[in-house]
Amino acid sequence: MRMRTGGRFARATGLVVAVTLAVGAAACGDDDTAASDGSGGSVDLVAYSTPQEAYADIIEAFKADGHDGVDVSESYGASGDQSRAVEAGQPADYVAFSLEPDVNRLVEADLVADDWNSGQYHGMVTDSVVVLVVRPGNPKNIESWDDLIEDDVEVVTPNPFTSGGARWNVMAAYGAQIQQGRSEDEAQQYLADLFANVIVQDDSARKSLQTFSGGAGDVLLAYENEAIFAQQSGEDIEYIVPDDTILIENPVALTTGGADDQAAEDFLDFVYTTDAQRIFADHGYRPVVEGVAEPNEFPTPSGLFTIDDFGGWSEVSSTFFDPEDSVMADVERGIGVSTGG
Amino acid sequence: MRPGTGLGLGLATLYMSAIVLVPLGAVVWRSRGDGWSGFWHDVTTPEASSTLRLTVGVSLAVAVINAGFGTLIAWVLVRDRFAGKRFVDALIDLPFALPTIVAGLVLLALYGPESPLGVDLAYTRPGVVVALLFVTLPFVVRTVQPVLIELDREMEEAAASLGATRATIFRRIILPNLMPAIAAGTALSFARAISEYGATVLISGNLPFKTQVASVHIFSQIENDNTTGAAAVSTVLLLVSLVVLLSLDLVQRWAVRRD
Repeated sequence: MRMRTGGRFARATGLVVAVTLAVGAAACGDDDTAASDGSGGSVDLVAYSTPQEAYADIIEAFKADGHDGVDVSESYGASGDQSRAVEAGQPADYVAFSLEPDVNRLVEADLVADDWNSGQYHGMVTDSVVVLVVRPGNPKNIESWDDLIEDDVEVVTPNPFTSGGARWNVMAAYGAQIQQGRSEDEAQQYLADLFANVIVQDDSARKSLQTFSGGAGDVLLAYENEAIFAQQSGEDIEYIVPDDTILIENPVALTTGGADDQAAEDFLDFVYTTDAQRIFADHGYRPVVEGVAEPNEFPTPSGLFTIDDFGGWSEVSSTFFDPEDSVMADVERGIGVSTGG
Repeated sequence: MRPGTGLGLGLATLYMSAIVLVPLGAVVWRSRGDGWSGFWHDVTTPEASSTLRLTVGVSLAVAVINAGFGTLIAWVLVRDRFAGKRFVDALIDLPFALPTIVAGLVLLALYGPESPLGVDLAYTRPGVVVALLFVTLPFVVRTVQPVLIELDREMEEAAASLGATRATIFRRIILPNLMPAIAAGTALSFARAISEYGATVLISGNLPFKTQVASVHIFSQIENDNTTGAAAVSTVLLLVSLVVLLSLDLVQRWAVRRD
């Protein structure tokens, strides 16, 4: 037992070193892009953080595919932060976010055309689903959403008011109840019971994964691609795809500046090619283009539903996630009272 | 006025304005975006008032602990001799150099659920206090240390020769001389603790009404496109810091006048 905890600490230390090295490598990477002559035009890519590794591979493939002279600058960060940065003036041609409201913010600012989602894939470039990540061997025997509200189960999920992505988790939990024939009141009660079991509400999805890897909790609510990423990084975890869960859809768009730019348009076309979609799949995302994924690579859950089943994001944002008057504000306040403020 | 003084004053004012006054003013201005009633509403929602109470409370605790232990560390570094003293002295400033998010990560590994030391403070208020103590350690140490070095030992020796006990010497001679420095360092560590984000965000667990600190609440307001609300809560933090800084400044003046 002592050995195991020692190993955990060593791994945390290792992670600190790895993060430092990665930052250093990223800084060097900047120099490389700057060295490109940019004669084939340039693309300013602004994206949320999780697909960073996938985009690195895709950009490489894009350049190899006859766009060698295109200068691609990359910026990654929390989805909401990135969206606000572009709204405030950060140069961007191609934007990729974890959820649609972050694109809508730019549509309202006239930075993205309002027909951005009118194409064949409705503006979505990758899909995923909300899954239940558990400890090796699934010691608490977690099989379904109902198991998460048992008394002795500790759950980790990011705070839906700080993490836009955490809202997928909440809607998956809520929608699964509706899918199982429960009423809206019962589904809200389920959210209250679920969040009473939540021991940590990190400010982002990646930090939740970090918290869970650090030993906290029995179950982590996460996106399937994050669970696959964790396994690829050597984390000792398992995950369960519940029968009833939500289809996560990640949007991309060209800004009004990028739409006039041939290189940016070429890049947008390229992310829908079989090659690029395959790269996304290798990094755990469900491709939106049919026929890219292997037949059993990403099994479709029997009770899969989408955000449109609840009226779409603009409806859901105000009903569920208004900070002062919404389903989740009531849930958090209810728990706050019972835990003694 | 000597020549050049006007230029120096002008440059200092310009610099202060550009770097500090205008940004702070913009925050306060922004907080009034919805009028006074909007401001009042933003800072009195159950979430905001709970998070402000928690933050001010833990920051006060951190400031008091720093005042005591920071002075003790400065004392040991100046007056005691031990092997590795220079190394420890250099170590004091490291919390400033380490990115606070890394500090949070390390503290969580050491005092979290998988603690090799068997101490689990993660997701509790004491955990938040420990994280803040880590990042604010240098303030009191570094303000008290130089004063202690400069302190005239002959005063102490004179007192001792007149029969004063060590406790009396400390209370009547050393402490009054250190008071201004302790007050300044304490004020700095309070102001820093009240606004810290990186170090606390991991170890606090961000449980609303329980361990969510004000800076995380402010972030959630920004995430919800309520920048006015974010500015309002920030303004309250600024006002609280201002009150604490001013009152500790009064303590300094009072201590100096007693000299």
